[in-house]
Amino acid sequence: MAFTLYSLIQAAILCINAVAVLHEERFLSKIGWGVDQSVGGFGDEPGIKVQLMNLIRSVRTVMRGGKFKFTGKHKDRNEN
Amino acid sequence: MDLPHHGYRETKPRARAAPPAGDSVLFEDTSSAAPAMNSQGYYTSGYNMGGPSNDMQGGGGMNNLFADPMANAAMMYGSSLANQGKDMVNKEISRFMTVNKLKYFFAVDTRYVLKKLMILMFPYTHQDWEVRYHRDTPLTPRQDVNASDLYIPTMAFITYILLAGMALGIQKRFSPEVLGLCASTALVWVIIEVLVMLLSLYLLTVHTDLSTFDLIAYSGYKYVGMIFTVLCGLLFGSDGYFVAFAWSSFALMFFIVRSLKMKILPSLSSDSMGMGSNAKPQLRLYITVASALFQPIIIYWLTSHLVR
Repeated sequence: MAFTLYSLIQAAILCINAVAVLHEERFLSKIGWGVDQSVGGFGDEPGIKVQLMNLIRSVRTVMRGGKFKFTGKHKDRNEN
Repeated sequence: MDLPHHGYRETKPRARAAPPAGDSVLFEDTSSAAPAMNSQGYYTSGYNMGGPSNDMQGGGGMNNLFADPMANAAMMYGSSLANQGKDMVNKEISRFMTVNKLKYFFAVDTRYVLKKLMILMFPYTHQDWEVRYHRDTPLTPRQDVNASDLYIPTMAFITYILLAGMALGIQKRFSPEVLGLCASTALVWVIIEVLVMLLSLYLLTVHTDLSTFDLIAYSGYKYVGMIFTVLCGLLFGSDGYFVAFAWSSFALMFFIVRSLKMKILPSLSSDSMGMGSNAKPQLRLYITVASALFQPIIIYWLTSHLVR
């Protein structure tokens, strides 16, 4: 398996893109990985699942960046 | 000193034919000092200064660079540009990594390198694996054999690439592209391993003082074993390759487990009270063992094609 640096960059970009397109309310909440289910357990150190959810959420936030105004958070609209 | 003088005059015949003062103002051609001409090309303000310097050329001994105000100004401009560039580069680099932290990893001496290589190849007799501190900062590799450095991994990586080229050349399979391919493959595997280790350490919220450079160092130590394996494979054939491969794999696994145990598993080594969830010490142990088991796999992957 001969790698080049370009294939590494390609793989990294594809992985980050895959994490960035995970939809919050349609998919992650359904399987119990939404961010509203990660609160609690302050005395304890957070487990793997909470860390992973935080990681996914932070990747998505960083990737979305300046497009916050347009995509927004669909959750707010649906709750009203 | 007269030679560039004459050579320059021959390339500009017009300056020779016409009177020097008139033509020089028109073409910015002093022909007084040949080095001064290069700097004049970069200046539009050289037009004005070309006049006075032309008038001074009568003596013919104006080859001295520092007597010519044009060359002087050009040199000062160039050096200020260089300083600006240097400051900018330093600022950009210091945003990504602190040079001081990097200097710590290269503060090695011969005695340390020899002892570390011995430990990498034969770690079974080494007694004390603790990294010693000095008022909250870890000791430099010069003073502490257990400290990790980046000198050995860098040198081993480069030596491995050269050795791979040599091994392929012996088997008449060499071409320059193969060398670059081998180098980038090995580099990519190091990057992958460091990223996986960082990810797993983050997910398990292991509070450790292992920095990214430490992980790069521990990933790079396997190249020493790889060099030894490839050398034995070249010298002693296929049997020598497998013997050396087994030896360096076990030595490296022992080294990694003992070194990382000190840094990742503090609760296991102190007392066996279950603090927090019960799964965590086990998961930390899994990380250490998985990282150790990964080494022989990658050693085999990166060296078997060199020794057929």
